[in-house]
Amino acid sequence: MVFPDGTHAVDDVSFTVGRGEFVTVVGPSGCGKSTLLRIASGLTDQTSGDCRVDRKQLGYVFQDATLLPWRTVRRNVELNAELQGLDKVERRGRATEAIELVGLSGHESKYPKQLSGGMKMRCSLARALVLSPSVFLFDEPFGALDEITRERLNDELLRLFVHEGFAGLFITHSIAEAVFLSTRVLCMSARPGRIIADIPIEFPYPRQPELRYEPRFGELCGRVAEALKEAYQ
Amino acid sequence: MNGRGFGSRIVRYTPPLFVFGGFIGLWYLVHHVILDDRRRFIVPPPHQVIQDAFLTANARSELLEGLGNTARIALIGFVIATVIALVGAVVMAFSRVAERALFPYAVALQTIPILALVPLFSVWFGPTRTARVVTCVLVALFPILTSFLFGLKSVDRDLQDLFRLNRAGLRTRLFKLQLPAALPSIFTGLRIGAGLCVIGALVADFFFTRGDMGLGRLLNNYAKRLEYEKLFGGVILASLLGVTIYIFIGWIGSRTLRHWHESEAQSS
Repeated sequence: MVFPDGTHAVDDVSFTVGRGEFVTVVGPSGCGKSTLLRIASGLTDQTSGDCRVDRKQLGYVFQDATLLPWRTVRRNVELNAELQGLDKVERRGRATEAIELVGLSGHESKYPKQLSGGMKMRCSLARALVLSPSVFLFDEPFGALDEITRERLNDELLRLFVHEGFAGLFITHSIAEAVFLSTRVLCMSARPGRIIADIPIEFPYPRQPELRYEPRFGELCGRVAEALKEAYQ
Repeated sequence: MNGRGFGSRIVRYTPPLFVFGGFIGLWYLVHHVILDDRRRFIVPPPHQVIQDAFLTANARSELLEGLGNTARIALIGFVIATVIALVGAVVMAFSRVAERALFPYAVALQTIPILALVPLFSVWFGPTRTARVVTCVLVALFPILTSFLFGLKSVDRDLQDLFRLNRAGLRTRLFKLQLPAALPSIFTGLRIGAGLCVIGALVADFFFTRGDMGLGRLLNNYAKRLEYEKLFGGVILASLLGVTIYIFIGWIGSRTLRHWHESEAQSS
């Protein structure tokens, strides 16, 4: 991927994410992680190479919650369904379900302004879930949250992953988050981004929060960190 | 306290009332103490103004009619300017070519001294209502247009991407994203524009001395005839007109935006 201004963002990257797989990409800032995601979503066209994604039911979660401030939680969650032309009854039902899944029941008629950062992100997740995505793209969604909230949302995201069985592609800066969530962690080098390590994480699902304190977990984090050290040089 | 109780009202309205009282006091002071006997008439005291301008039937009806005429011109101008600005801003927000083509002229409209054009309007349109409305529109158009355009163009990138991901069409994007997102800027533009329309209408009154008698022309006449009590009354009415429109639009704005925009964050 080369941008019009000559920035060489991603180079020679090749991988597949199957259904029931959760692949996380970690790497230094500006290494083209987000570009990768934008190409996968179809928001940006690649300048060379090939990208095949089933975009019929695509979920996309942005870095920020990107809610419409003039809509209530419920109406925000309905947005994707509404834009896709689902009828009112259908989208009400799906929204109710999605709101329940992310644990926002009882907050349906609140406005984004009244929500905490974590709740906004839940709302954003619910909005994507409404379409029951088969492919789910995450662009550092929990980067702005505090550690505790982030871990809690990680737990819940895994629950959703087990429940929905989508193919997940997740971008993050956090090594622990990457190891905890994924079936595979891809480490990228600095720009132009290449994949320099592909580390399988073999813990079975569902994963318990306590997994984070097991020695094997620490070991894997160490391997990812080791691989990334190269990237930062 | 939820900000609506009796106590907080006192806290809120007392300071401005004090300033108002101080202002009236100063007014009397200027009349009675600072000016000498011979010049006292150029600042008639408040009660005299009220007596001669508002409690005398003749003067009152003359002033109110003038106010009505000016307000009508200002409102018609305001509505027309708003419609033109909205259409223009939407076109420019969605088409970069249109923006490149039109925006320089919108800027030019702002930089040419519109008052210099007013005599031309009287040549083209005669001293008619049309000429007054055109003056109003030209004075108010640019600030409204720029606010609208700014609002429409500063929609969050991610939100735009979200709509693109859902393959939302132009109309959906306009009505479900751009316009609501631009509302705060739109109301800012409307507030500025409303004030300018009142100015435009008054200025037009000064220039077009035939047809309906507007407030501006009355002010001119009173000044020439040294009827300073009525002149002050006219100034007060003109100010009230501007303030009323400003407050009215502000009120609509905060009712519309109270749920979500930071500038209205004190509610709920």
